[in-house]
Amino acid sequence: MADLSINFAGIRSPNPFWLASAPPSNSGMQVHRAFEAGWGGAVWKTIGAPVLNVSNRYGAWQYGGQRMLGINNVELISDRPLDINLSEIAEVKRAWPDRAVIVSAMVESKRQVWHDIIRRIQDTGADGIELNYGCPHGMSERGMGSAVGQVPEYCEEITRWVMEAAKIPVIVKLTPNISDIVMPARAAIAAGANAVSLINTVNSIVGVDLDTLEITPNIAGKGGHGGYAGPAVKPIALNMLAAVAKDSAIKESKVPISGMGGISTWRDAAEFLLLGAGSLQVCTAVMHYGFRIVEDLCDGLSNWMDEKGYRQISDVIARSLHRITDFNNFDLSFRAVARIDQQKCIRCDLCYVACNDTAHQCIDLIDHQGHVVPPHSYEVQSNGKEEAVNTRPKVVVREEDCVGCRLCFNICPVEDCIHMLEEPSGRPPVTWGQLSESQREVTDDWVQMKAYRQKMGIHIP
Amino acid sequence: MRNGQENPVTDIQQAAPVNALHELLPPLTRNEASVEANRCLMCFDAPCTHACPTHIDIPKFIKKIATENLLGSARTILESNLLGATCARVCPVQELCEGACVLGAEHKPIAIGRLQRYAMDFAYGKGLSLFNPAKPSGKKVAVIGAGPAGLSCAGELSKRGHSVTIFEKRELPGGLSTYGIIALREPADIALAEAAMIEKLGVRVERGKELKNERMMADLQSEFDAVFLAVGLGATPNLEIPGEEQILDGLEYIEQSKLAVSNLVVGRDVVVIGAGNTAIDCATVARRLGATTVTMIYRRTEHEMTAYPHEYEFIKQEGVNFLFLTQPIRVHAENGVVKSLQCVRMTLGSPDASGRPSPQPIPGSEFSIPTDQVVKAIGQVKPSLASLLKLSTEKGFIQVDKNMETSLPRIFAGGDCTRARGAASTVMAVQDGKLAAFSIHERLVAHG
Repeated sequence: MADLSINFAGIRSPNPFWLASAPPSNSGMQVHRAFEAGWGGAVWKTIGAPVLNVSNRYGAWQYGGQRMLGINNVELISDRPLDINLSEIAEVKRAWPDRAVIVSAMVESKRQVWHDIIRRIQDTGADGIELNYGCPHGMSERGMGSAVGQVPEYCEEITRWVMEAAKIPVIVKLTPNISDIVMPARAAIAAGANAVSLINTVNSIVGVDLDTLEITPNIAGKGGHGGYAGPAVKPIALNMLAAVAKDSAIKESKVPISGMGGISTWRDAAEFLLLGAGSLQVCTAVMHYGFRIVEDLCDGLSNWMDEKGYRQISDVIARSLHRITDFNNFDLSFRAVARIDQQKCIRCDLCYVACNDTAHQCIDLIDHQGHVVPPHSYEVQSNGKEEAVNTRPKVVVREEDCVGCRLCFNICPVEDCIHMLEEPSGRPPVTWGQLSESQREVTDDWVQMKAYRQKMGIHIP
Repeated sequence: MRNGQENPVTDIQQAAPVNALHELLPPLTRNEASVEANRCLMCFDAPCTHACPTHIDIPKFIKKIATENLLGSARTILESNLLGATCARVCPVQELCEGACVLGAEHKPIAIGRLQRYAMDFAYGKGLSLFNPAKPSGKKVAVIGAGPAGLSCAGELSKRGHSVTIFEKRELPGGLSTYGIIALREPADIALAEAAMIEKLGVRVERGKELKNERMMADLQSEFDAVFLAVGLGATPNLEIPGEEQILDGLEYIEQSKLAVSNLVVGRDVVVIGAGNTAIDCATVARRLGATTVTMIYRRTEHEMTAYPHEYEFIKQEGVNFLFLTQPIRVHAENGVVKSLQCVRMTLGSPDASGRPSPQPIPGSEFSIPTDQVVKAIGQVKPSLASLLKLSTEKGFIQVDKNMETSLPRIFAGGDCTRARGAASTVMAVQDGKLAAFSIHERLVAHG
């Protein structure tokens, strides 16, 4: 069985799964139960400045009958008094010496205030501190949270203040609400942070109620932007994780990254690890299904690692990162074409309409005589399940015209029905970067480009 | 009820729950409808639409349920099928749309019928008028019969601006939807609301008017620019056996169960003769209204029975017994009270005109079934109107061409009275009415 334990910037944890700083880690009682369920660590819901919350603070994005593919919130940092939080943190840590207890903090942007909170957190015996530079609502209007994370200079200065007082590892949590997340990450590391974590929530408005014209969720007739999280943000989080993990300055510093943003299953978790995360934080999936989900997060990850022959988490971290690159480095000679498995095809014809209306018009409807037929080719008197099913044409890809865009593959509702066959193009590998260097005229001029295509036998229907 | 104390049969009837014949399937809740609608893949050129005789754009109306555009959903259904509320309930969806659903092979097909009912219930519940009358064309069409084919044709013609009068021999419109389909599947008020909607489109329904002879037809032809015959089929044929007068007619049995259930006396041990869908409905009524035993007898086997497989499954679940290869030969009654039905065992011989093996009696195999009520549901006789009007026929049905026109010009026909091919069903009748309306419209517009 794979060893799931981690040592993240000196913070030890029996598995890489931590509750993210959020409502699930709002109290000692909750964190206690989470640890009983098997969570490796918890980042305590942010403590610091005094706050008051509102009702209707969570809004969910539902799609196609699926509940809460994304959740948006305008909840602030912990609204429980600071001294109660601190004493519960101390209690939990005493009860769970093997688990990671990290305390998220956010206070006014004043050196003394930060020194103060850092010292009080350290007094609890916590394993680490996470600086909340990410919260995009409410706190940011008071000059905290993402107001700090969005300005690399502030990020660096405040981190410096923190590092002056910190005796335990400090993680800087980054906001995605910025054009390049690498900048604040570099700033934090320059100031001596021991780790970074990302992503915090994405600025969002969930929707508008079409009956009342109120904003969803409605807060006494008003509404506004809140932080968005959950399965819907995972691709955004993966991209930002890879961007930070690949940055040479950050790589050189060897500072670990705690990954989060839409992790719901062990599969998501493995992907975050493969792109460079050293610990994993989870919130929305727990808010949807409860602490119990950690069992399959660990079990699934462990089984997958066993199957792959990875013995410890460090064997997995960043294993796929080298594959992330820019378009400039993609092989233009790589060719894949779609092929439909006629045995598996249920003839929903979704690939046909998608290809025909919006892609490259290379899927045909073929009748039982082998003729290409238009859709709706049946008589008005024809009916009944036998006629409808038995006369239904096949959907077949015209492979010579297929550019391999992969749209049909993506929408096909049947597992393993459409395959993207990788076929040799017969051309030597070449990237745009190489081409623009070796044959500048081809990449600059359409006439030359046409000649190049002809010479290379590149057929674009 | 009045004889409750003396008559044990009525006692049993009273013991049956009052809602024994109420609509079987509950309406979908909003959430159920949403989940089911979202499960639809939205196939392109969908096989369900092909399988539907009226070719309702099913993925379109289902996606409109998913987006909560119920008005648009209802309109999508009614544009192809004005009797969408009836069809949502009575269509043999297993043989049509749902049977063709691409999710049917390995998963559960989409509950298309129930989703259609959801959209229809919305429209009728709100009393919505979904179509505006067209500019009057000045043309007049007579429709004979206010069943599904007649209503469909009348509604489509009215939408196109023609003045339509339906002549209905009975008191209520709706045909078999009102009188002949058990309330378990379609309550009468659904069919009546649908007919009222057609009337709202501008169609006049004259009740208690029957087309009986050539003279009346000639009058119609002089007053109207075209005539559409949608008279359905006739009464249940005779078995030609002794004691036949003791046997109840299945269609009347169902009609009573629907419109005058308190007058319906259900036996203790009921025998239903026949194995079609009407026979199954009769057995359902008997069973649900308190019969202790219900036995269906059929002279062929379960492989030849005309009931839909899902109906056969349903009635077995209801606890009805079957006697196949059994033919009634005599009703035994004492003082007007049925005591038993004498039958003979059958064996299957070579195929007959219908292509099914012909049943032959086995000599000496006579036996008796104790029963106090015998109901027959063995089909309906062919329309007598065909010979009265000297129309060409096909297998006894009124013959029509692909434009639904009979051998007499400007006289069109559709529905069960023309069903020489294919299964008689409401949705087929609706499509006939619609296609006839298209032909009539074209004729009236083209030829003035």
